[in-house]
Amino acid sequence: MNKIQDAFRNGKAFIPFITCGDPDLETTGKLVRAMAEAGADIIELGIPFSDPTAEGPTIQGANLRALSGGVTTDKIFDFVRTLKDVTVPLVFMTYANVVFSYGIKRFAAACAETGIAGLILPDVPHEEKEEFAPVFRAKGIDFISLIAPTSDQRIAEIAKDAEGFIYIVSSLGVTGVRSEIRTDLAAVTEQIRKYTDIPCAIGFGISTPEQAAKMAKIADGCIVGSAIVKQIAEHKTDSAEPVAAYVRSMKAAMQ
Amino acid sequence: MTNPAGRFGVHGGQYIPETLMNAVIELEAAYNHYKNDPEFNAELQTLFNEYANRPSRLYFAQKLTEALGGAKIYLKREDLNHTGAHKINNVLGQALLAKKMGKTRLIAETGAGQHGVATATAAALMGMECVVFMGEEDTKRQALNVYRMRLLGAEVIPVTSGTATLKDAVSEAMREWTSRIDDTHYCLGSVMGPHPFPTIVRDFQAVISKEIKQQILEKEGRLPDAVMACVGGGSNAIGTFYHFIEDSSVRLIGCEAAGRGIDTFETAATINTGKLGIFHGMKSYFCQDEYGQIAPVYSISAGLDYPGIGPEHAYLHDIGRAEYVAVTDEEAVNAFEYLSRTEGIIPAIESAHAVAHAMKIAPQMGKDKIIVITVSGRGDKDCAAIARYRGENIYE
Repeated sequence: MNKIQDAFRNGKAFIPFITCGDPDLETTGKLVRAMAEAGADIIELGIPFSDPTAEGPTIQGANLRALSGGVTTDKIFDFVRTLKDVTVPLVFMTYANVVFSYGIKRFAAACAETGIAGLILPDVPHEEKEEFAPVFRAKGIDFISLIAPTSDQRIAEIAKDAEGFIYIVSSLGVTGVRSEIRTDLAAVTEQIRKYTDIPCAIGFGISTPEQAAKMAKIADGCIVGSAIVKQIAEHKTDSAEPVAAYVRSMKAAMQ
Repeated sequence: MTNPAGRFGVHGGQYIPETLMNAVIELEAAYNHYKNDPEFNAELQTLFNEYANRPSRLYFAQKLTEALGGAKIYLKREDLNHTGAHKINNVLGQALLAKKMGKTRLIAETGAGQHGVATATAAALMGMECVVFMGEEDTKRQALNVYRMRLLGAEVIPVTSGTATLKDAVSEAMREWTSRIDDTHYCLGSVMGPHPFPTIVRDFQAVISKEIKQQILEKEGRLPDAVMACVGGGSNAIGTFYHFIEDSSVRLIGCEAAGRGIDTFETAATINTGKLGIFHGMKSYFCQDEYGQIAPVYSISAGLDYPGIGPEHAYLHDIGRAEYVAVTDEEAVNAFEYLSRTEGIIPAIESAHAVAHAMKIAPQMGKDKIIVITVSGRGDKDCAAIARYRGENIYE
């Protein structure tokens, strides 16, 4: 069984997202260790991009802070090398151009060498994944597919090809905290289940333990970004502790 | 599964969030249906002719020709279209298509404001709701166009993220589209973004070269030696080139905005300074740093102030069919003033980039040669900014 799917064996999975270098890589390191300790099952690490078109204002802000702090793809690979003792699978989330400009093969090799388990590129849909996915697959890295409320008849082909876990986008729009999620996620998950048995995690708009508990009833896990990034924006270099407490509360609410 | 659709060589594609995939697939299906529908085409032709004032004139610029002393220069007067620019061609096509698709709301990005004004105009005409995203920086540079859009009933949303210019307006319009798809069509303004936009926009703008060809054959009995246009995303340029692509004797020249020069960071000349990348739904050339971070580009022209170029232009560059040259702010401003004085035609500062390059090459060409320059828009919107560039402190 692969590293990512293994991470779904410990009850419902909680998957936090943070942006590398927000506010600096030292804090990112503290956050990774604190979140792993607090029960995170997989950690999504964002490599900042100048123009993150799938993000709402909160994560846009994190991208901007990280880039103004001078973070680069190379510095992030160096940083991930220092996390070898962290056993929780780490997954990169970034944009196509960050990977493309680095060189897809070179990027995949660096991921393999630094122990990255998966990659999420929100601007690479099913139609374009052949340029990326096989290169990562060859290195044992999962190319994680997203399924949206608008995917409808596309669900079958996406799910059949999916690796690692399926990232279910909870609602229309960009990332960011939402007070209410209206999509019939149970129906979406049921549809996916017809074509694959790999785990499904729901992301976009989830922030409260109540929402997490609700999602845990439908899927195998949930992904939270903006709610955590908000705390990092507030507590800056001292955010490890409050974020760890938050992760604990979310993980507990899901069981 | 690989989808070769929407590729121009290696360029193009559909690099967008999954949330938008069905919307572009639906758009492609609708477009493939209506583009061959006689009723749709008749309706569009009527709008072009009766509403937008097509065909636009191909004007022999005798004084400019004499002043430069070389090739015979014709101006394709897209500035005389309703709303004052070529943008209306694409917008009428897309708005009509959106209406057929049952959409009731148009969203758009705009740089100089010309595409926003055109979209607001079509929305008013067709009774649709309209929201335009415009970089905050550009709302200041082009305050008059902001007022025009509001007057036409559109909501203008100033975008403050990133560099607060055209690229950020595109990003914000894309974000808005992911949150509201059912009733909303994203009326993209240039030959860029994910497939099928580069093809749809090109087809609607191709009316420019279709007319040039007919008009020049009537006037001169032969094809021109060169056709020229300014290039940001590249919609008026592809419109100017399209029906000449197969005519290898016709040089296709795209004029990019060099800003303060291609050897500075304050430039927007994508072919001259960019490299291959993936952004805003497409693979093409982009101004970017070594890690793929999109560069904060600059040009005096809000309409050319974009870090990428449409995928078909990137392909025409790769195969050597079209030439892309860089024109600085200073050269464009000189051309803006020069054309105003010699022909009594005030071009948009965007179009002035093409005029500037013609001023360089026409004198080196024989008097038996023919150049066509597309004047993509009128320059009224730029007067205050150019006056300020020249140190005259006027505000609209």
